[in-house]
Amino acid sequence: MASNAAAPFWRAAGMTYISYSNICASLVRGCLKEPHKTEALTREKVHFSFTQWKSGKPEKPSIISDTVE
Amino acid sequence: MADVPAEAAVDTDFEEKWKKLVPNLEPPKTPLSFMRPRPPTPSAIPSKLTVNFVLPYKSELSAKEVDMVILPATTGQMGVLPGHVATIAELKPGIFSVHDGNEVSKYFVSSGFAFVHANSVTDVVAVEAVPVEHIDPELVQKGLAEFQQKINSATTDLAKAEAQIGIDVHSALNSALTA
Repeated sequence: MASNAAAPFWRAAGMTYISYSNICASLVRGCLKEPHKTEALTREKVHFSFTQWKSGKPEKPSIISDTVE
Repeated sequence: MADVPAEAAVDTDFEEKWKKLVPNLEPPKTPLSFMRPRPPTPSAIPSKLTVNFVLPYKSELSAKEVDMVILPATTGQMGVLPGHVATIAELKPGIFSVHDGNEVSKYFVSSGFAFVHANSVTDVVAVEAVPVEHIDPELVQKGLAEFQQKINSATTDLAKAEAQIGIDVHSALNSALTA
C-alpha cells in the first residue's frame, strides 16, 4: 500500500475507513482457532428489535440481527 | 495531541459562579476533576516506554512500561523507543510486537492507529487484535485462495476492493505465521 498515493485503493472504490477497518477485523476474526473464533464472533453479534408505529399504536416488533458473515 | 491537560485542571469559571450562587456549599466535582493529568514530558529520556493498547471490548495493555514496540504502520514497520518524536501512524494489518527485556508479546492487529506522544507514552487503538498463536494457518490459506479467486471474478470496483482487502489481510496473516 503506497503511502504517498492520494488515497488508498479502498477509498478510491468508495469505501469509508470504518467499513475498511471492519472488514479487516471480521477477516481476522474468521481466521482464528477454536474456541477463540466462536468467542470473537459472539462478541460481535448485534441484534435489536424494530417497531413501527402506525396511527399512535405500535405494530408487531421485528427482530433484526446480523448473522455471521 | 492536545488531549488530556498537563496539569490537574479546575474549571475556575464554574467554581466562581457556584460560589456566587451557593456560597455555603462546596462545588461538586466535574468530569474535569476526575481526569488524570497527562504525564509531563521529562527533560531526560526515560528508560521505558509507556504503552496503552485498547480494543473496543477490552483494554489489553494499560500504562505498561516496556522497552520497545514495533508497529505495522502503513508506511512500513515502525519501531518506537522511549523519547520517540510525537507522531500519529495509521496501522495496516500486521504484527504489533511489544518488547520488554527478553519477553516479546506479538499481536496481530487488523487495522487501527498509533499515537506516539512526546512524553514517551504510546497509545495504540485497533478494531481487532489477537495473539499470533490464536491464528489458524489452515483457515488463512483457505481465505487467501478464496479471495484470489474473488478478485478475478469481481466486476465492480467495490467488489474488487473488497477482494483486495481480503488478499492483503490474509497475506499479512500468512507472513505473520511464517515470520
